[in-house]
Amino acid sequence: MEYFIQQLINGITLGGVYALVALGYTMVYGIIQLINFAHGEFFAAGGYMGVILISWLAAQGVPPTICLVLSLGLTMGYCALLATAVEQVAYRPLRQSSRLSVLLSALGMSIFLQNGLMLTQGVYDRAYPTEITRGGLHFGMVTFSYMQILIVAVTAILLVGLNALVFRTRIGKAMRATAQDKTMSALVGINSGRIISLTFAVGAGLAAAAGIMVGLYYGSVRYDMGFVPGIKAFAAAVLGGIGNITGAMLGGFIIGMVEIMAAGYISSEYKDVFAFIILIAVLYFMPTGIMGENVDDTRV
Amino acid sequence: MSEPILELRGVCAGYGNIQALREVSLKVLPGEIVTIIGANGAGKSTTLMTICNIVRATAGEVLYQGRPITGLSADRLPAMGLCQVPEGRRIFPRLTVQENLEMGAFLRKDAARKAFDLDKVFNLFPVLKERRKQPGGTLSGGEQQMLAVGRALMTRPRLLLLDEPSLGLAPLIVAQIFSIIRTINQEDDVTVLLVEQNANLALQTASRGYVLETGSVVLEDSSANLLANPDIRKAYLGE
Ligand SMILES: Nc1ncnc2c1ncn2[C@@H]1O[C@H](COP(=O)(O)OP(=O)(O)OP(=O)(O)O)[C@@H](O)[C@H]1O
Ligand SMILES: [Mg+2]
Repeated sequence: MEYFIQQLINGITLGGVYALVALGYTMVYGIIQLINFAHGEFFAAGGYMGVILISWLAAQGVPPTICLVLSLGLTMGYCALLATAVEQVAYRPLRQSSRLSVLLSALGMSIFLQNGLMLTQGVYDRAYPTEITRGGLHFGMVTFSYMQILIVAVTAILLVGLNALVFRTRIGKAMRATAQDKTMSALVGINSGRIISLTFAVGAGLAAAAGIMVGLYYGSVRYDMGFVPGIKAFAAAVLGGIGNITGAMLGGFIIGMVEIMAAGYISSEYKDVFAFIILIAVLYFMPTGIMGENVDDTRV
Repeated sequence: MSEPILELRGVCAGYGNIQALREVSLKVLPGEIVTIIGANGAGKSTTLMTICNIVRATAGEVLYQGRPITGLSADRLPAMGLCQVPEGRRIFPRLTVQENLEMGAFLRKDAARKAFDLDKVFNLFPVLKERRKQPGGTLSGGEQQMLAVGRALMTRPRLLLLDEPSLGLAPLIVAQIFSIIRTINQEDDVTVLLVEQNANLALQTASRGYVLETGSVVLEDSSANLLANPDIRKAYLGE
């Protein structure tokens, strides 16, 4: 029983990370119907920028909490800008082209960004300074590490914040309007180009936050760290019904939970397989996902 | 004579190889209701979409309040007081009725007057107030048309382009919508360019009309004359 609770906590932690990354896929898909294959690279870029900033700020003697918050904010901002640049260079010129061209451009961008990271940061793992979040709360056999508490808290704040942004603010409503009808949104004065940039920026910011948290959690980052989590988060977005915000969050938690439970009760060797089994099953049996076309209210 | 609020000079436009507009010229004066009538595929919607630069003009010029707006990005126009209610209403289906109306006022910063205008739209169309929390896509056709007009009014237009507001609606609703079009024209000083297939209704509402056939203006005259014209009566009024 205690083992199960421990796995539950781990599953929520990992699921939150997938949820954050899945949101970027789903939001971009919702607004321009593109599967942004480069999205996982923002997660990796965030992981690296995070370790660079955290180490540097810590070396300057900045207190740990401030160091974390500052690094998180700056990294999210950096990746948001990076995504905007990627959108301008690789996707905007193809706005009138076929979907396949844009998809190929996204694949190319993914390779470019991954290699850029490899060339500038090297091919070896880079260690995160984990001492700033060592320790945890113990309830019998169950441990809720400070790291997990941090991840769950940050994830919760970001998810709630994103929901508020998309469903409550004027800009969020304009995002949804643009996703639903670009011609009409232009006719009421919404500049769809700017809204699309912003969507990329927000999605990448969330992925960057996830990248830092994964770095802190596992203690290291690698230039190709965006690939597998990227596909798992994509599976989460599809599971939730691509284009659906609530669906992506739900899908992220389900994939994270399934992965942890499978690793704990079946075999940790095969944990990566389950996300893909879910992806294939969803595409085969339920292509619109759990919150697909029938649950309209929470689509972008 | 006052300067036209809208003028098209020899506008051509099309889709790929299809030329949909051939040198269309027309004028709308401030305060007028002007109509464009024509059969299916004549190019009426294309004319409105070209004015808003959703469809690019391949030749000619569009002037709004004396300024050329040809090539100006569509999203710049609402702030200048030019707004279109497009064919098929194009309600944002997954935004609520109220959010649809808020999107009409997307660019406006004047919170107090926005709230005032929202009240006004709710007064014009009480059913929208009842339904304000409901997704726009769940409204009936008539209610969606009301919402589309209401959303356009939220931009505070000086010139309103209306594309077939009567399409698919019951006579009672059509009468209601046209009476509101007259009201906003008279009381709020909104100039209206009205595209209609229901030529009879359009000519009774407008003071002048243009007849469009396969992308060209073939006739322009006062509504009274057009209504009396035997050719028009035969071709567009079902006689
Ligand atoms: N998106 C498009 N792609 C290609 N051709 C188009 C497109 N839209 C319109 N057309 C063509 O342009 C011509 C004019 O169409 P338009 O929609 O302006 O006509 P309309 O007068 O508004 O007709 P209706 O009364 O049926 O709404 C038609 O021949 C139509 O087939
Ligand atoms: Mg039409």
